Amino acid sequence: MVDLATTYMGMSLKSPVVPSASPLSAELDNIKRMEDAGAGAVTLHSLFEEQIESEAEALAYYMERGTEMYQEALTYFPPVQDYRREPEEYVEHIRKAKEAVDVPIIASLNGITPGGWISYAKRFEEAGADAVELNVYFIPTNFHLMSYDVEDLYVKIMKKVKSQVTIPVAMKLSPYFSAMPHMASMLDAEGADGLVLFNRFYQPDLDIENLEVTPNLILSRSAEMRLPLRWIAILYGHLDASMALTTGIHTPEDVIKAIMAGADIANVCSVLLKGGIGKISELVTGLTLWMEEHEYSSIEEMKGSLSHKAVAEPTAFERANYMKVLLSVPSTITI
Amino acid sequence: MTERRMVSIDGNEAAAYVAHKINEVIAIYPITPSSAMGEHADAYSANGEPNIWGTVPLVVELQSEGGASGAVHGALQTGALTTTFTASQGLLLMIPNMYKIAGELTAAVFHVSARSIACQALSIFGDHSDVMAVRATGWALLASNSPQEVMDLALISQAASLEARVPFVHFFDGFRTSHEINIVEELTRADLRAMIDDELVLAHRNRGFSPERPFIRGTAQNPDVFFQARETVNPYYLKVPEIVQGQMDRFAEIAGRQYRLFEYVGAPDAERVIVLMGSAAEVAHETVEYLAGQGEKVGLLKVRLYRPFSIEHFLGALPETTRLLAALDRTKEPGAAGEPLYQDCVTAMAEGGRSIKVIGGRYGLSSKEFTPAMVKGLFDEMAKEQPKNHFTLGIHDDVTHTSVDYDPNFSIEPDEVVRAVFYGLGSDGTVSANKNSIKIIGEDTTNYAQGYFQYDSKKAGAVTVSHLRFGPRPIRQTCLISSANFVACHQFVFLEQFDVLESAEPGATFLLNAPYGSNEVWDNLPRKVQEQILDKDLKLYVIDAYRVARETGMGVRINTIMQTAFFALSGVLPRDQAIQAIKDAIEKTYGKRGEAVVKKNFAAVDMTLANLFRVEVMDKVTSNIEIPPVVPPEAPEFVQKVTAEIMARRGDLLPVSALPIDGTYPSGTTQWEKRNIALEIPVWEPDICIQCAKCAIACPHATIRFKIYDPAHLEGAPETFKSVEARGKEYDGMVATIQVAPEDCTGCGLCVEVCPAKDRKMPKRKAINMAPQPPLRAQERDNYAFFLGIPDFDRTQIKTNTVKGSQLLRPLFEYSGACAGCGETPYVKLLSQLFGDRSLVSNATGCSSIYGGNLPTTPWTVNQDGRGPTWSNSLFEDNAEFGFGFRLTADRQTEYARELVEALRGTLGDELADGILNAGQLSEADIAAQRARVEQLKAKIAGLDTPEATQLRSLADWLVKRSVWIVGGDGWAYDIGYGGLDHVLASGRNVNVLVLDTQVYSNTGGQMSKATPRAAVAKFAAAGKPMPKKDLGMIAMTYGNIYVAQVAMGANDTQTVRALVEAESYDGPSLVIAYSTCIAHGINMRLGFDQMKKAVDSGAWVLYRYDPRLADQGLNPLQLDSKGPKIPLQDYAYNETRFRMLTQTDPDRAEMLLAKAQQDVNERWRMYQQLASLDYSA
Repeated sequence: MVDLATTYMGMSLKSPVVPSASPLSAELDNIKRMEDAGAGAVTLHSLFEEQIESEAEALAYYMERGTEMYQEALTYFPPVQDYRREPEEYVEHIRKAKEAVDVPIIASLNGITPGGWISYAKRFEEAGADAVELNVYFIPTNFHLMSYDVEDLYVKIMKKVKSQVTIPVAMKLSPYFSAMPHMASMLDAEGADGLVLFNRFYQPDLDIENLEVTPNLILSRSAEMRLPLRWIAILYGHLDASMALTTGIHTPEDVIKAIMAGADIANVCSVLLKGGIGKISELVTGLTLWMEEHEYSSIEEMKGSLSHKAVAEPTAFERANYMKVLLSVPSTITI
Repeated sequence: MTERRMVSIDGNEAAAYVAHKINEVIAIYPITPSSAMGEHADAYSANGEPNIWGTVPLVVELQSEGGASGAVHGALQTGALTTTFTASQGLLLMIPNMYKIAGELTAAVFHVSARSIACQALSIFGDHSDVMAVRATGWALLASNSPQEVMDLALISQAASLEARVPFVHFFDGFRTSHEINIVEELTRADLRAMIDDELVLAHRNRGFSPERPFIRGTAQNPDVFFQARETVNPYYLKVPEIVQGQMDRFAEIAGRQYRLFEYVGAPDAERVIVLMGSAAEVAHETVEYLAGQGEKVGLLKVRLYRPFSIEHFLGALPETTRLLAALDRTKEPGAAGEPLYQDCVTAMAEGGRSIKVIGGRYGLSSKEFTPAMVKGLFDEMAKEQPKNHFTLGIHDDVTHTSVDYDPNFSIEPDEVVRAVFYGLGSDGTVSANKNSIKIIGEDTTNYAQGYFQYDSKKAGAVTVSHLRFGPRPIRQTCLISSANFVACHQFVFLEQFDVLESAEPGATFLLNAPYGSNEVWDNLPRKVQEQILDKDLKLYVIDAYRVARETGMGVRINTIMQTAFFALSGVLPRDQAIQAIKDAIEKTYGKRGEAVVKKNFAAVDMTLANLFRVEVMDKVTSNIEIPPVVPPEAPEFVQKVTAEIMARRGDLLPVSALPIDGTYPSGTTQWEKRNIALEIPVWEPDICIQCAKCAIACPHATIRFKIYDPAHLEGAPETFKSVEARGKEYDGMVATIQVAPEDCTGCGLCVEVCPAKDRKMPKRKAINMAPQPPLRAQERDNYAFFLGIPDFDRTQIKTNTVKGSQLLRPLFEYSGACAGCGETPYVKLLSQLFGDRSLVSNATGCSSIYGGNLPTTPWTVNQDGRGPTWSNSLFEDNAEFGFGFRLTADRQTEYARELVEALRGTLGDELADGILNAGQLSEADIAAQRARVEQLKAKIAGLDTPEATQLRSLADWLVKRSVWIVGGDGWAYDIGYGGLDHVLASGRNVNVLVLDTQVYSNTGGQMSKATPRAAVAKFAAAGKPMPKKDLGMIAMTYGNIYVAQVAMGANDTQTVRALVEAESYDGPSLVIAYSTCIAHGINMRLGFDQMKKAVDSGAWVLYRYDPRLADQGLNPLQLDSKGPKIPLQDYAYNETRFRMLTQTDPDRAEMLLAKAQQDVNERWRMYQQLASLDYSA
């Protein structure tokens, strides 16, 4: 019998397969099914800064617009006593999720400024969340912003959240840092309990008929895990913080790779959106079978075994990797 | 015992508070100014607040007041304590049931915010016309004069009714009391409990129907017994006065306030006494006390229990010294020997054997001001040897000379009272802030406070005037502030529009929101304002509130800033205490909506003081800025003399002779009211424009115009006037212009959003883009004037059933007062373009009758030939029948005219007679040809002096096809007017019905109608409407011979145009149901057309046309013009606050209702698909 348990940000998880933030976890039933399917923890869907800040404003605006100006209609909506805004709903959702399942619940906060929304982390903790994942989804479009300004923003937000809660805090990062190891170690040093690599930005598409930019969601493929895989392999062993690999995990083999590179958990999302929550159990079963076949007794035994530190050819994770691929192309190419 | 709280509430809330606690069933229908009572009651029940017996009353909305009174009657007869709230026409619709309820000796109270009854015009404001119209029903009438009295007498009337078994109308003045905020001692549940005797409640219940103890009530009686049976009730009526006084005495023991049936105030030895009831009694009370204090022998008799009228109590309350009595009635009974109270006084004197002379007069109709000056004027008149009888008070009657003179400058405002007048825009939050200030001062300090608010009939750019009084004693001045010691002007532009400082008393503080610093503001003031500041020695303070709002993230909401400035300057409270109180109130109001909103408001408060400056005024007038004339000199005489005065807020000063005698007003007066309310206006880019005219068809205010014309007309064009080669073969050699009316545009931006043409290099630049209005105003004003002078395209040459073609037709509905971005008016305007020059429009009461017909200016206008829609509003409930009457006249007169043409064939000649009689009149060219023939006809019979010729001259115009349009909202079509609509549609007559379906009662503030979709939140459906929307179109289609179309201009404008053209061309009844976005949906109105598209894409709104003519050709009459649901309903619905708010108040229910609503959509689509696929060829 293999031991699938892993430790992530100090939490003991029964398995390394953890659904990442997605609309799926907005449903309580789905969370229960995730647990039943063998998820080690569940990351809830994100509560966005915009939801916290702008939604309140928008509601205030639309509830008040047109009021107290025309004599026959001083208001347009019935008065509402118990107004439950989306952030409140989210907090309630954490509470219900905690009641419904035994696996740890990781709440997810998504924003880009060190503003008032951060205080919700405290509410998450009070509602019973076992950890918070901070998703700083920042696209620097300001040409005067320096790279260290961006790095500093991440650190500031993380520290502000850390100062409010006692539960572990993970930072979900984008891959677009010019000095990833330094960035990672800075967050680690400032107290991040976990790093989630990497955030996968949904890239907009262009509508050439209507001359518009259109939002477009494309789910990940396995090949996309190579990017986080490399960086986890490089970072493994250098940080106190736990690491989660996210993006592109679709098969049991992908999970194994993530662990071997050094991740404590493997986050899954696209695979569930495509194939349903049942895919978790396929991943867990596949992982177990593989470990049995290859006589691994525990996740801990596998963890980091193919990291930058551990492999015989660490340069394979560096630029040489690219060259090797090139060199491996057959020399007889016909045009 | 719970301590009583002092609360700042208005009369409506006071009535609802009590009524909800002492009833079991509440059946209502919204009508101004009573709607809020039902809404409060609904909100109490929605929040689970129980009545004094611990159970939550059932609050239901009916389809009309007639329906509400029927439901009330039924609930009463089955033993429930039942009430309703209504006013005006609503009360009239209840009359039949009121006779029944009284005839059956049933305990009940109706709370009525008394309002004018529509006669020469509708008016929503307060007088006693409605309650006086129910005098004969057998209901007791009990008057409250202030919000405190409303709370007290609401309870007393219920207690008395239970004891007497006589039903009560408890009434108070619409707006003046229903909407006046005052400081009221709130009765506790224990107070209510102590006043309501459970034995009487059980007796009431036991008189109700029960199969356990059956009986029959409601028989039909014959001449033998009806009369005697009618007299059986006499003992009950005789006891009412004593019972009411007994309950008043009991109330005094409980609450400490003593009321009497007739309450005398004034000199004990008064010789001149005024008698009246309602809010005016408060003003009269103060004035009488003042005058009596000056030694005048004057008095006031307040009437509380008006019916049954107790002569004994009345005379008992009058001082023996009374020599002359003046009865003041707030109603008019043309043709009567006198108004009701006057007649009662005369009768009382006659029956009581008193030789006091009685005179009577009218005052205060439709909330006309009633002031201490008028009271003084009346006493002065009474002091004359031959005082006027049947007088009027408060107006200048220069026709029949009934008016009593008074000195308008007479004032008794005490110095101890802070009297503040605020001029604001509806959208800047001034009223909300002031209501908040009253709450702060009235509830948190020992001060008394009063607030009264003048709102606007215009929904875009609405102006509000707030009148606030604060003082150490209860405030009884139930009139506007005419002598203010604090005036705030929240919009700098008002200084040029009306006399903001008229009410400022010498030495008053003037707070001005100005886009200028304290050093520059003086020079930017109009000359007249400078003069007033100097003459009155005003203390001028200035703040750039919009800058502070911008910098603190408040956008254009300057309410918190101006409120803080008021507290800082008025000294009502110590500054620190006031600021803390404002912040507490912000926390309370916005706390639940999120920290961000609270923080922004806090920041605004904190920044205010640093930006508030005293202006050192110059010692002389320096300004050359003159206040422009209200209307330009070229405006017609009536507009100059009457309309302009109303626009300038001087309508009160117009004499009787200035006004039309029968409610008839000229068309097309909005063109003279240049409101300049848009901050940004659209700017046309000819090089990008594809001339689709979508901007023009979408424009709710007809301020984007489209013309194609001969380039020769460009001669003399202003330098900045734009034109471009016209697109399309049929317009070869011509040029096109899209022009904005810069001073009429509301800046809604709808035109920009619907514009499909983009600059290929820079797609954010469209063929029409918004730009700041002020720098463009003068230039575009000239351009627009030039544009209007260019001849319209010949309508006989236009394909009117296309979007582009329709927009070449001149709109005959322009610049209405509808909301910016209104979803209704584009349809109304299109109707006016397509058929306006030959249409008769019957308009149901509602938004469309207000933006269509509320003074001072009205939008229905005429074309270059002087033709245009003739428009009228009868009532809310009878609109279909009213328009049907138009059709009947048209049919009869046309037929008669045709008979006369036949009779005069010899004179006219066969060619002309046949031409007229056989004209198809199916196209614009046909119509034009018929008009020409009718002109020939008129010429031929011009000199003919036969009875037939005389008749035909008067009827000849009916030979040109009339287009009868019956227009109204969903409240009318689906609810109150449905019975009539159904009948008219079933009549087979050629009427065209346009339903502007906003799916909610928009004009009265968002109450649920049967058009409200499932899952949407509305008033009376706070938990989301559980039932699906009524499918009006489907019901109409079942007749088979009615043209029915459902349209949504934003989703398919071509289909909308076609549907209207087809509906009009169909020689039978037509029904067009138009999806109309509304601010009551809680959407961004700029994106209204996009939201319509989403409604259609989701299947929530199916586009179709059902044309019975197709069935005659063996084709399926139903054509679906939209595809099946493409997007989930959620993607449409959750774009709207009305649906979305439920996800935050009750997410589980929201989910459940949305799922059901989605099912509604799917099932409806399947049904329509099946109907559209039926084979009609057999």
